[in-house]
Amino acid sequence: MILVDMFTMAAVGAGMFFFLAGTVGLLRFPDTLSRLHALTKADNLGFGFIVLGLLPQSPDVLSGLKLVVVWLLVQLAAATAGQLIAQFVGLERRRDPAA
Amino acid sequence: MIDFLYGAAALLLLLTGLGLARMMWGPAPADRMMAAQLLGTGGGAIALLIATASGITAIIDIALVLALLAAFAAVALTLGEPGTKQPDGQANP
Repeated sequence: MILVDMFTMAAVGAGMFFFLAGTVGLLRFPDTLSRLHALTKADNLGFGFIVLGLLPQSPDVLSGLKLVVVWLLVQLAAATAGQLIAQFVGLERRRDPAA
Repeated sequence: MIDFLYGAAALLLLLTGLGLARMMWGPAPADRMMAAQLLGTGGGAIALLIATASGITAIIDIALVLALLAAFAAVALTLGEPGTKQPDGQANP
């Protein structure tokens, strides 16, 4: 089994581990903001590892570049969405702290 | 190698499906939106895995669209929130 396959298996495996951590964090964490933290950080890292693992496997350079573009978009989108949701939770808590 | 990628995609589908439970339990609307975000990220990762495993590079665009839609969903949640301002500067109720 050539080295590339082993690298892909290791990277995709690490990506799966972080996705598992993110999903378990999303389900188990007590507070909304801690869930948001777990989701945004762990899943992004998992996505990055999966893209890293898939890069050597992609058939041509263009699709490899497209993989990196998708990863960049996910990074930007998740960072922005995390901030937006955190602001939304903050505003909601200021309006009725009992919730 | 191909089987490993398909197996990883299947496991990831299971994980994303489990993550959707938060959409049902989530007390706050923000929790439900987080499950939708998970769909964007997890679904995109599944699409990438299947695109590489099957060799159909068009599926990478599906991952691109999923990531974009997840971002728009988060914006849609927070758009009319009281306390924020409209694009033309007029405050929300």
